[in-house]
Amino acid sequence: MDDLLREYLPILIFLGLAVALGLVLLLSAVIVAISNPDPEKVSAYECGFNAFDDARMKFDVRFYLVSILFIIFDLEVAFLFPWAVSFQNLGDLGFWSMMVFLAVLTIGFAYEWKKGALEWE
Amino acid sequence: MDGFFDTGLGIFVIILAQCLLVTVLILVSLAFLMYADRKIWAAVQIRRGPNVVGPWGLMQSFADFLKYIVKEVVVPSGADKFVFFMAPMISFITSLIVWAVVPFGDGWVISDLNVGILFIFAISSLEVYGVIMGGWASNSKYPFLGSLRSAAQMISYEVSIGLIIVGVLISTGSLNLSQIVRAQDGDFGFFSWYWLPHLPMVFLFFISALAETNRPPFDLPEAESELVAGYQVEYSSTPFLLFMIGELMAVVFMCALMSILFFGGWLSPIPGLPDGLFWMVLKMGFFFFIFSMVKAIVPRYRYDQLMRIGWKFFLPFSLAWVVIVGLMAHYGWFWGAYQRWAIGG
Repeated sequence: MDDLLREYLPILIFLGLAVALGLVLLLSAVIVAISNPDPEKVSAYECGFNAFDDARMKFDVRFYLVSILFIIFDLEVAFLFPWAVSFQNLGDLGFWSMMVFLAVLTIGFAYEWKKGALEWE
Repeated sequence: MDGFFDTGLGIFVIILAQCLLVTVLILVSLAFLMYADRKIWAAVQIRRGPNVVGPWGLMQSFADFLKYIVKEVVVPSGADKFVFFMAPMISFITSLIVWAVVPFGDGWVISDLNVGILFIFAISSLEVYGVIMGGWASNSKYPFLGSLRSAAQMISYEVSIGLIIVGVLISTGSLNLSQIVRAQDGDFGFFSWYWLPHLPMVFLFFISALAETNRPPFDLPEAESELVAGYQVEYSSTPFLLFMIGELMAVVFMCALMSILFFGGWLSPIPGLPDGLFWMVLKMGFFFFIFSMVKAIVPRYRYDQLMRIGWKFFLPFSLAWVVIVGLMAHYGWFWGAYQRWAIGG
């Protein structure tokens, strides 16, 4: 068996097992437990009130901002992984070019800090 | 000699048995960890904790499990049914399959993936989908707000966890988790592990792990006084159980990751004593104990404080640490403590 299969087949099998186990747990309650819904029971919980309006409403734009910042920095981490792994084989050029990249990113980070993108007030 | 276990089917059976063994062991130990968590919490508050079911209440989690199964599954009328049930499944599955790459001992791993860290990163990024789908599908205000908060919190701390791991990767030069543990094997036992050269990152990683898994003091998504139970409000019965197992499993996984990255996984702290599974379990248990103690002792943060330390302290600090480790490893300062590939790790 080739290496690729030896490494990823167990994960596939494990995934299958996890899905099966999850389904069994999910379905066991559906099958075993009684189901007796009434309008009050299945209404959305809102501290005893009837729900005022649909819950899928407008929300704060800062959540978008956080996810955009997350994408930038997570991509950066993804760039750093191959660099860190081949670190021992990199010469001065490889090392310092990543430092320049990090410096550019730090400037961007300082800018968004100054702009107040990280404030939660 | 061609035995049954050399055929395709035989290999499949072996792998399935390994997966089953790991899954069952994790789930059973999870039941007792849940119990331990509650007992520790109770002890801190000078209560008795669960003590009725079985000797010293040891069977409490199993009784809870049965209780979950016989409870009615309430689906809110406005909910998107498919997504509503997908969310706990995703939460459960993603937190279970990351265990496939965790080495419990030398070679004791389901799949010794050479990109293990990348796999963990990819899968644990998906965990956020369980939360956000659960909150959205419920079509109720508390779950919706809770899931937004939770998602923002999880992704914020994922960045600093990633940067902290990069430091360890520079020292090791491999994404393979077994390789990371082997690199920490040295003549000084306890003092050759990565916690010493990477000391500040151990604390940062631990706190980020608390935030990433929504544990107290960062359990903002389920701050009872504000959001009732966050994204889990509308869940009942086994869907709720799946969320809870997923969450606890993520916590235990963070304990495992902490042991592997900084505390030498299965290696023995005293040179001369045999390495093995025992040490790994002991370390995980120790970190779980600290997780529980933090839960019992530390008061909850405010949301803006949480985001502030995430973005304004953890992120710059871990970024600076990557540069520092890079410099140390590149120029071989500190007797090569930061370049373990060079001193024969």
